[in-house]
Amino acid sequence: MTDASSETPMFPIARAAGCPFDPPPELSRNREQAPVSRVRLWDGSTAWMVTRYADVRALLADPRVSVDVAQPGFPHTNAVSKARDTQMKTLMQMDAPEHITNRRRLTAEFMVKRVEALRPTIQQIVDDLIDDLLAGPNPVDLVEAFALPVPSMVICELLGVPYTDRAYFQRVAGELLMDQGDPAKAMAASEELHVYLENLVEERNAEPGDNVFSRLAVEQYRTGAMTRREIATLGQLLLVAGHDTTANTIALGTALLLAHPEQLAAIRDSGDPALVARAVEELLRYLTVTHTESRRVAREDLVVGGQLIRQGEGIIAVKSTANRDPAAFSDPDTLDIHRGARHHVAFGYGAHQCLGQPLARVELQVVFDTLFRRIPTLAPAVPLEELTFKPNAVFYGVRDLPVTW
Amino acid sequence: MEVIVDQDACAGSGQCVLSAPEVFDQRDTDGIVVLLNDNPDPRLHDDVHEAARICPGRAITLIGP
Repeated sequence: MTDASSETPMFPIARAAGCPFDPPPELSRNREQAPVSRVRLWDGSTAWMVTRYADVRALLADPRVSVDVAQPGFPHTNAVSKARDTQMKTLMQMDAPEHITNRRRLTAEFMVKRVEALRPTIQQIVDDLIDDLLAGPNPVDLVEAFALPVPSMVICELLGVPYTDRAYFQRVAGELLMDQGDPAKAMAASEELHVYLENLVEERNAEPGDNVFSRLAVEQYRTGAMTRREIATLGQLLLVAGHDTTANTIALGTALLLAHPEQLAAIRDSGDPALVARAVEELLRYLTVTHTESRRVAREDLVVGGQLIRQGEGIIAVKSTANRDPAAFSDPDTLDIHRGARHHVAFGYGAHQCLGQPLARVELQVVFDTLFRRIPTLAPAVPLEELTFKPNAVFYGVRDLPVTW
Repeated sequence: MEVIVDQDACAGSGQCVLSAPEVFDQRDTDGIVVLLNDNPDPRLHDDVHEAARICPGRAITLIGP
């Protein structure tokens, strides 16, 4: 492949019509034929795209690459993403050692035993939402009635954000996460959310409860270790990353299982938490909703998959094709809820791997264990071919999922 | 099998606890890995190998079979 701009594909690359659950075929072809190749970005610059599982893992664990979005060669996906990433620096945009200090302020909040202790609360939230859904109109949009409220309520509970304010922060998060349109509008949305969260820090500082925002207010704000603004920025990351990713995986995962009724039935009829856990790992691997991928810039020259990458060049690690790499997963394009493969990179890899993954796992396990058992006749209310998806959002998903029972 | 963990490299993602809860735990204060058993029973070896393989911080080293 040459570097001539006419032959260099534009990132992001479109999925194939009729294959909404699969990575773009061009990317899968690249993985086999040109596993480290150039792509063109929205602003005319180019970056390297890495599509094989082994290369993606090696790259994301390599200390010679940086997540610092302020570096000139960093591969932003569009004008909104550039504005968003460069104007609010969170631990996602920090390298070691600053990253380690900031991440470790939060790791205890999301550790496995802390999240496991939340399981009964999450189960209650899911059961109550299904009660409401069954008592409401039929058909209904599962995104609005279930997929979005579950993680929103859970993250509100965990963070100490009033769920009654959800209409407000969901609208703001929606504006912030659309990768098309006016960067100024997205930044205005971010500023609005910051003001809201800064006020919340003051409220929790005055009256602390048993939640993340209260602990950050007391342990970080009160001691001067973090400013109110810094906590608000962190809160925005947790609030947005904490519900939109999971909401999309719930809705898209349900749509995928409705298209594979025999596997849906196996989950519904098993009553086996270990099978549900395996099914959740398979949905994470197969769908990989974080389709803007893991992006880095080279801090020094390095070789990835035999290709020399120069200092200052941008690199896109494509998790969705890594998770379908036949070198890492047998029969990778087949959905198999029994697979039990936990080595996927849906949560990324390296020091920046998703902080909230234990929470996401428990939420998804409770959801997929409960939804089909409580509503065994759940069925799509429109042909699955008529669903519309979200190719231009930060997190991939299905826009609406009308269901009946 | 001997298990060694590097707490400085640990990202606190908890993957090892999910793979082999009898061998790994997380420190209450910051979620960083704590080794419960540096010489696990052979029946746990597959789980420990998985933990080492998927650890995002490459913080788990295994010596011996």
